Amino acid sequence: MKRFRRHGHESQKDKHKQDLYQFNKTVEHGFPHQPSALGFSPSLDLLAIGTRSGAIKLYGSPGVEFMGLHDENAAVTQVHFLPNQVDMVTLLDDNSLHMWTLQAHNGMSELLEIGRFTLSGPPGAPPSVTRVTAVLAHSSGELLLLGTEGGHVFVVEVPGFRELEENNISVENVQNRIPEDYVGRRNLECVEALHENPLNPRQVLIGYSRGLMVLWDLDRQRPIQHFLGTQQLESVWWMEDGVNILSSHSDGSYCQWTVTGEDPQTEPEKQETPYGAFPCKAISKIIQLPSKQGPPFLIFSGGMPRASYGDRHCISVIHSKNHEALDFTSRIIDFFVIREGENHKGEPSALVVLVEEELVVVDLQSEGWPVIQTPYLVPLHCSAITCSHHVSSIPLKLWERVQAAGALQNTHYSKKPWPIIGGQNLAPDPPQRDLLLTGHEDGTVRFWDASGICLYPMYKLSTAGVFLTDADPNDNMNQGSEGEWPPFRKVGCFDPYSDDPRLGIQKIHLCKYSGYLTVAGTAGQILIMELNDEAAEQTVEATVVDLLQGQEGFRWKGQARLDVREEPVLFPPGFQPFALVQCQPPAVVTAIALHSEWKLVAFGTSHGFGFYDYHQKNNIMVKCTLNPSDQVALEGPLSRVKSIKKSLRQSFRRIRRSRVSMRKHHTANAAKLQEINARLEAEALQEMELAPVQRKIEARSSDDSFTGLVRTLYFADTFVSDSSHSTPSLWAGTNGGAVFAYVLRVPSLERRAEDPVVAHAAKEIQLMHRAPVVGLVVLDGKGAPLPEPLEVAHDLARSPEMHGSHHLLVVSEEQFKLFTLPKVSSKSKLKLTAVDGSRVRRVGVAWFGSKTDEQLESGLVVLTNQGELHVISLPSIKMMVHYPCIRREDVSGIASCVFTKYGQGFYLMSPSEFERFSLSTRWVVEPHCLVEAPLQMRLKNPSSPVHRDQLDGVPTEHRNFKRESEGYGVLQEIQKSLEGDQTTFLENNLKTKPKGNMLSNGD
Amino acid sequence: MNKNHRVPSNRTLNAVEVKSKFGAEFRRFSLERSKPGRFDEFYGLLQHVHRIPNVDLLVGYADVHGDLLPINNDDNYHKAITMAAPLLRLFLQRKEEADYSAFGTDTITRKKTPAALAAVLLRPDVNKKKPPVIISLPKDFRPVSSIIDVDILPETHRRVRLYKHGQEKPLGFYIRDGSSVRVTPQGLEKVPGIFISRMVPGGLAESTGLLAVNDEVLEVNGIEVSGKSLDQVTDMMIANSHNLIITVKPANQRNNVVRSSGGGSSGQSSDSSTSFYNYSTPGLMAMTPSHIIQNYEPDEESEEEEDLVIEADRGTKLILQTGMRATASTSMPALPRYEPHLDLRPSNGTMASSASAGSLNTHDRGLERPNLEEDGTVITL
Repeated sequence: MKRFRRHGHESQKDKHKQDLYQFNKTVEHGFPHQPSALGFSPSLDLLAIGTRSGAIKLYGSPGVEFMGLHDENAAVTQVHFLPNQVDMVTLLDDNSLHMWTLQAHNGMSELLEIGRFTLSGPPGAPPSVTRVTAVLAHSSGELLLLGTEGGHVFVVEVPGFRELEENNISVENVQNRIPEDYVGRRNLECVEALHENPLNPRQVLIGYSRGLMVLWDLDRQRPIQHFLGTQQLESVWWMEDGVNILSSHSDGSYCQWTVTGEDPQTEPEKQETPYGAFPCKAISKIIQLPSKQGPPFLIFSGGMPRASYGDRHCISVIHSKNHEALDFTSRIIDFFVIREGENHKGEPSALVVLVEEELVVVDLQSEGWPVIQTPYLVPLHCSAITCSHHVSSIPLKLWERVQAAGALQNTHYSKKPWPIIGGQNLAPDPPQRDLLLTGHEDGTVRFWDASGICLYPMYKLSTAGVFLTDADPNDNMNQGSEGEWPPFRKVGCFDPYSDDPRLGIQKIHLCKYSGYLTVAGTAGQILIMELNDEAAEQTVEATVVDLLQGQEGFRWKGQARLDVREEPVLFPPGFQPFALVQCQPPAVVTAIALHSEWKLVAFGTSHGFGFYDYHQKNNIMVKCTLNPSDQVALEGPLSRVKSIKKSLRQSFRRIRRSRVSMRKHHTANAAKLQEINARLEAEALQEMELAPVQRKIEARSSDDSFTGLVRTLYFADTFVSDSSHSTPSLWAGTNGGAVFAYVLRVPSLERRAEDPVVAHAAKEIQLMHRAPVVGLVVLDGKGAPLPEPLEVAHDLARSPEMHGSHHLLVVSEEQFKLFTLPKVSSKSKLKLTAVDGSRVRRVGVAWFGSKTDEQLESGLVVLTNQGELHVISLPSIKMMVHYPCIRREDVSGIASCVFTKYGQGFYLMSPSEFERFSLSTRWVVEPHCLVEAPLQMRLKNPSSPVHRDQLDGVPTEHRNFKRESEGYGVLQEIQKSLEGDQTTFLENNLKTKPKGNMLSNGD
Repeated sequence: MNKNHRVPSNRTLNAVEVKSKFGAEFRRFSLERSKPGRFDEFYGLLQHVHRIPNVDLLVGYADVHGDLLPINNDDNYHKAITMAAPLLRLFLQRKEEADYSAFGTDTITRKKTPAALAAVLLRPDVNKKKPPVIISLPKDFRPVSSIIDVDILPETHRRVRLYKHGQEKPLGFYIRDGSSVRVTPQGLEKVPGIFISRMVPGGLAESTGLLAVNDEVLEVNGIEVSGKSLDQVTDMMIANSHNLIITVKPANQRNNVVRSSGGGSSGQSSDSSTSFYNYSTPGLMAMTPSHIIQNYEPDEESEEEEDLVIEADRGTKLILQTGMRATASTSMPALPRYEPHLDLRPSNGTMASSASAGSLNTHDRGLERPNLEEDGTVITL
């Protein structure tokens, strides 16, 4: 009987868990790491980016995004959409071709790989014969032309990848009619370019590396005309009129040829070297598009004078009298131009450039060709991310003020709407407004709208203005003087150079109710800021706080304190600093806490902690936690930046490193504790490399390094010294497993300005397992975590239960321990490391609820050094669920993780991308989108999987579809979005085959 | 535990703080470390401060490992003084009521609270009948390692327990990744494993002789390591370092313990001192009230009691200070050789008194530690 009941209880528990928790990686924010290929479908209005790790990502209108990953771990070198279809072909580094499609599934589209193919040459042929160098997705949507390194062109039928051997174009076929004396006679080298005649799809231009171009007739299978170029070919472009051809070359020149029918053509119509005279670099791609207002747009990448500007990454745009060389900060991968009009044959409207570190869209129709702000793919890493902070459910008022401050910063952007608008975002509106704040190496804090699928930049705050730095703020992005040649213009925002690494942001805390913000940095600086809608000129007063309390025998060999500007500084509308605390010694700030109700800020470094009254602007208390035998902490672990020279050297090293390895990059630029640990580990590893890899087994002692480092700070109104009266208190946890508690006396509101805030040491707990304390939480009488300051005052949380006893939860890297209050005695604990060898890296309090029940449950969300996520129940501290999330080798990914208050989280999957995940069933933000097939496609191709979907069970599906009111709305949306002449067709189509009109799918 | 040993050797502190407990009362005073005097002077002092001049006493002290050891001659008295770090805790019993079984290994380690100690010490009804067992006194040794669970393990395996607590010796070994050959139904198979790669000379691991280089580590405190990374196993071992039990497959299989067939029915341990599940000596177990031992879960408790809490409660502090002054005034005029116990850290008032305040609390054992740390901070810097 007992056993039976217990069993029932167990299954009920399991069901409860299923109701509350589920793990999903939902969406990737930011810019893909190491992009390697760009594709665009004008008919779908979708952009595709392939990466060196084999990922493929599709983007349309904001919120429409898809992602796929090739099984092969090879770089994507080319991406081609099949014209007017929902299919796409990718070419990988390993010479394999992959067919992807957007398939319908439950009213949403899904990106699926539906086929793969590798060219097979004749037996005994060298691999170069079949090594694909150029791909042409023929406009019929049925053919792929594959140019190879050996100079052959293979014709393949898609989507089935059937080789049409009889249609292949061999080198011999082409060479027949070339004059004997032509240099390219012997070896044409690889096929560099394949281009279709825009007026006659049966004609194809084949460009060979040596310079020869051949116009080929697909029907008659013979060459029509040879263009005997003599320069190494880089790219070709067939102009709109079908008569003129442009070729670009490795010497920085381009040529114009005319299709006359005379064969062969030995001389180009026109040859030009735009940045000529001196030797130039290759023009890697050239485009010319007609414009109604006068001359065409000529756009090409590269071609810069080799000696003086050979290292620039430029795209030149020439139109009429306007000529600009857009100067990017990273290597250009590819670019394309979006054209207006129904058939995408109208005016060029925007130039889309994919560079290695960002996507830049230039508005070609507005005066001055301004940049259009991207709603996604924003380079999070324009300066390296050093920390992040998430705030859930922002009050509308604060949201609007931040937005307004941000709008004033974005005046240089184009007013044009985002031009890539394929697909439809069907995701419901986000239930709340969430902010993600990222701190950067250059001292900026960026505010991101993290409510939905697109991580959209809202506002950027710079703290550098408060300090005197070596760099002159006016010297960087400024343009050259009048008449400079080439006419450079800096575009893009990726700027990895940091003026002074001491400015780096290490900790951020925002109070969403009061609009107070504290940010703390690498050189022990803590800024307290207030949101102001007006610009203001003010002097920031610095308070230097000696965390050593005058102890002798101390040598700080680390960085110097930042110098504060003594004259008033003009701060733009937004967050403006009004108080500054500078820790002495100026070590990295490792923990901060802000209590906006009491107007206190607590801060900690590797030397101790203190807290500051920002109402009266004085420091109240300092506690030194330093262990006298800890030499590393004494002398400063990070002897950084002693001279400009050194900092420059570091910058260069950093750049190099960022290209080599992202992990190292991170280790170098963030000085957080995790990084220190990682570095120590790495150093230990290096030592070990001589011997076999081994680990020392030794009990931790208080002599270990950084035992005094303050890991966490926490304000709580609880029962610290007696069980009948709760008092404000400050709690601090150190790396050596110590917890310090102080009772605070905060004067009443009326006397707040006059009476001092007083602090008394109340308790000290030394955990005997000595593991670093990474989290402190006080649970109220009902076992729920105490609400945030001002949360109750704003009616957004119930007031904490002050009857019944409070508990203190101490989270160390190894254990979770619950203590009673006010008398601290251990009540229960959960061991982690002793049992499975993993350690707590990140911890947060989150609220979980089922989809149906309003009731919320609190829990602890934990990320371990093994990359596993755990949910731990409160107050019973039991493991509820655990899921593998991050590779354990990805140290910087694990260190970067932040949790939201509602069971979601973010971590850096690369220096430039946040992966978003959710542990909650109730709060999930994931893409939910639909891409409609282009109309032409529906007429044909019954074998395509999309079409098959249409064929089965048409009447039933139709009924089902209509029943869903949401689905019906979608239909109307689609109708509206379509162009007039196509609507009739669509309607017809809808009546008969409703589901086939949209590729839907979900996940 | 190991904290106790972190006494800087160059300590300038010359005073030994003594806390003497007789029945429910205690007295505090201090002695000069360099000139402790003779045992009989000390004995007289104790009788004096407790105001029990004519009572025959059995003097015991808690050593650094938490064991109750006797003081009955000059030698062990001097030993007690030199080992005090810096608090010397004395437990006085009337000779006629004395419970000799309380002396010896691990008595205080198990139950460190004075209440528990008192339960052992002051239970005349149980102990009166027992004749004093003098043979085992004094027990000035303790196990550093043991082989346990011989009866349940395959003979090729060895489960070794290292007693780190209180040792100044480092655990002293390294582990590495490696591969071992296992016999599976499919034949021989190479599987990754964790191996001992190096012994630190003079370390605990080496000194036991029970572990050797190239021994394969199979379990850590009862948890299998297969499938875990080297770093995970390292962290597990360090997390369990206060009481590390590792199961190894020795590289040298010639010295395996040969199980005696049918000999020991209990078979719980191969040596007399411990086994994992019941690690008090059988002798002790027979003599002490069983409920004290039996309610005790070794692994849990040894840690649970260790977290050190210092409460800076004003009320307690006051009581203590008056208590101290009283003690000082009584001891000083009579025996000027013994200096009164003064607050050793005038520079750090609040914490000092709060630390001493804790002495009144039940968390007696840990109390010296913050003292040490705080002292260290003040003195060394």
